[in-house]
Amino acid sequence: MADVTAPPLRPFPVAPPVVPDAMAASKPYVANEKMQEALGFPGSLVDDWHDRAISKMGELLGNYRSLRVYLDACVHCGACSDKCHYFLGTGDPKNMPVARQDLMRGVYRRHFTVAGRLFPKLVGATELTKDLLDDWYKYYNQCSECRRCSVFCPYGIDTAEVTMAAKEILDTVGYGQKYSNEIIGKVHRIGNNLGLPGPALEDTLLGLEEDTKEETGADVKFPLDQKGAEVLLVTPSADFFAEPHVESLIGYAKVFHQAGISWTLSSHASEAGNFGLFIGNYEQMRTIALRIREAALELGVKRIVVGECGHAWRVAYSFWNTLAGIGAGADDPFARLLQSQLDSRYRQPTHICELTWDLIERGALVLDAGANDHRIVTFHDSCNVARASRMGDTPGGQFEIPRAIVRAVSNRYVEMRPGTTREATFCCGGGGGLLTDELLDLRVKGALPRMESLREVADGQGVNFMATICAICKAQFTKVLPYYGFDMSMVGGVHQLVSTAIRLGAKS
Amino acid sequence: MAAASVLFAALFYAATAVLVVGLALRIRLYAGTPAPLKIPTTPAPVTRGGVAWRLVREVALFESLFKASLWTWLFGWVFHAALALVLLRHLRYFVDPVPAFLAFVQPFGILAGFAMAGGLAGLWARRFLVDRVRYISTPSDHLMLALLLAIAGTGLAMKYLAGTDVVAVKSFFLGLLALDPQPLPSDALLYAHLALVAALMLVFPFSKLLHAPGLFFSPSRNQADDPRERRHLAPWAARLESDRKP
Ligand code: HEM
Ligand code: SF4
Ligand code: SF4
Repeated sequence: MADVTAPPLRPFPVAPPVVPDAMAASKPYVANEKMQEALGFPGSLVDDWHDRAISKMGELLGNYRSLRVYLDACVHCGACSDKCHYFLGTGDPKNMPVARQDLMRGVYRRHFTVAGRLFPKLVGATELTKDLLDDWYKYYNQCSECRRCSVFCPYGIDTAEVTMAAKEILDTVGYGQKYSNEIIGKVHRIGNNLGLPGPALEDTLLGLEEDTKEETGADVKFPLDQKGAEVLLVTPSADFFAEPHVESLIGYAKVFHQAGISWTLSSHASEAGNFGLFIGNYEQMRTIALRIREAALELGVKRIVVGECGHAWRVAYSFWNTLAGIGAGADDPFARLLQSQLDSRYRQPTHICELTWDLIERGALVLDAGANDHRIVTFHDSCNVARASRMGDTPGGQFEIPRAIVRAVSNRYVEMRPGTTREATFCCGGGGGLLTDELLDLRVKGALPRMESLREVADGQGVNFMATICAICKAQFTKVLPYYGFDMSMVGGVHQLVSTAIRLGAKS
Repeated sequence: MAAASVLFAALFYAATAVLVVGLALRIRLYAGTPAPLKIPTTPAPVTRGGVAWRLVREVALFESLFKASLWTWLFGWVFHAALALVLLRHLRYFVDPVPAFLAFVQPFGILAGFAMAGGLAGLWARRFLVDRVRYISTPSDHLMLALLLAIAGTGLAMKYLAGTDVVAVKSFFLGLLALDPQPLPSDALLYAHLALVAALMLVFPFSKLLHAPGLFFSPSRNQADDPRERRHLAPWAARLESDRKP
């Protein structure tokens, strides 16, 4: 692994100077034959990769309006050029969103436009050489698909869409990324990203029941595969044992317990995460999402609730209705089958924060905010929640609802600097399938903008806890906080705070 | 009629045909390409009406660009607003008699000519002065700005340096509209101005000027945020379902 170094915090948050090839050495491990073939991709780089890549690109251009319009519409205005945390942290110009898109746009122009065929030099059209393919592999694996650039682009051009298309093309020519593809294989084989089999999951949950009993004296259950439960909870598998994730799982369980809602996890769908999104593969994303549908039908639940996970919430909120008929308003038999089983008085799917906030508003939870008085809390918006989904009934609910919960369960809350929160939030640096050790240097550098605003409130207002609702954010921050001189336990879930504040037994 | 007049008449018919047909084909391609997933950049409007309003703000105010970069916004917005006024002002060459509101915008159109040139100069300066923008600029980016500046320059020169016979120019364009070409005054500046405009029309459907129709087809801007309430399914995605039991 290359040296991992944290860049110095900038006194003023201005864009760094361009440093060509600063990150040209950064790339993740390539997926091996077994991992590739398990997903139906070629085992290694095929001989006719060029032709296959171009033909795949043509297919994607026909299937995705986003890709087609985005590759045409960019005027090279540069508005996005200083918006990506990876550019801000590295200075590598190919990490400017527009330059990242141009890696593909050049090939698009060359093969799919009149101007590019006639005047390649003039319009920056390029042939897809092996060097360029390698650049794709490097720099499309330096994009966390966080969509920050799309907020600021005058046409909403979302580099994440281009990155996903590139990853899809790389997979089809046998140049897949190990971390994501291995994990997708595990979901298919075992049911979750961490490869935790059913019996081990059962043990883990029993252990949690004992721990919670010891802590609170209450019989808080962590049910698995319980037919007829009201709620199916789908949560990232990291919640089952990773720190600080598990603290939030305990929080959800306490909320269900106090509200008297029967709920269950599913061993068939023991993972909310859906890495099919990261590799831009519709069929993978759909197959993974169908597990949730199957589990919901099998268990006969009335509601589907999703735990703290950013990209999972994007897939659930924005795509589940499309992919698996989980939602409302469908008139086709495939979707109706499940939608008529689900209780239409509730939002389907529901985010755990929506559920908890509804209960708080109705006065159904007993909370002692003072229990969190040792904490001065700030909230980190996770990109997929902030820019690719919603909570509640009004735009922006995804910002208000988690904050409302944090304020209800703690007394000392501080916002980070405007321009680094809500829809302008900075990615943690580890999203989009980049949460792997060999990319640690990139991850540390990509965290720079968030670390700067955290440093500000930590020094200025004594903030010592950054709450977030994403499994990847939690894992990433736990790892990178120390590089910036913070304690790794500073990060945790919103339901970790709920868990601390909730008073069980006070009301049943 | 002079050869030059015939040439320009032919050029403008050709340029108009390329512009209209080229744009129509491109728009048909965009409209016909499915958007399989709901990907509005949130927070996004939850209704179609809200989406229309979002697009109006993007088109009229460049709202996202305003949030991104004040300088780019300033130069870009001034250039486009001025361009719109200039185009409006030029309508007088195509209608007879000139309606009152067109007469009214004439003086503003003149000011707009300078504003347009100023905006373009600012945008062009960024391509040299800001290292990030310099890095992404291609020759065509520079040429496009040069072309527009040259159009504005030749236009202003005719107004202030060497006037041209605007009455004859008007009869030339009215003649084109009536499919009865009339002679064009022989004037080098005018020839240059018109040739550059025709060039702009010719490259429009093949260049980044497709950002104008593109904005209206951008899924991150034109979709309503309602995926939980409505099932959104592209035809090719629906086909994946037909061969599967519910
Ligand atoms: C719906 C109509 C249009 C909208 C919403 C629109 C919007 C924009 C925006 C937001 C930018 C980026 C900022 C900037 O660089 O100015 C831009 C750039 C540009 N637009 Fe437009 N535009 C429209 C129509 C046109 C037309 C009709 C033309 C020319 C005939 C044009 C020419 C340009 C050029 C040349 C640039 C690039 C400027 C540069 O190189 O920096 N636009 N447009
Ligand atoms: S999606 Fe995020 S990571 Fe990717 S280019 Fe845009 S800002 Fe950078
Ligand atoms: S902001 Fe949009 S149009 Fe401007 S350079 Fe970036 S992607 Fe291109």
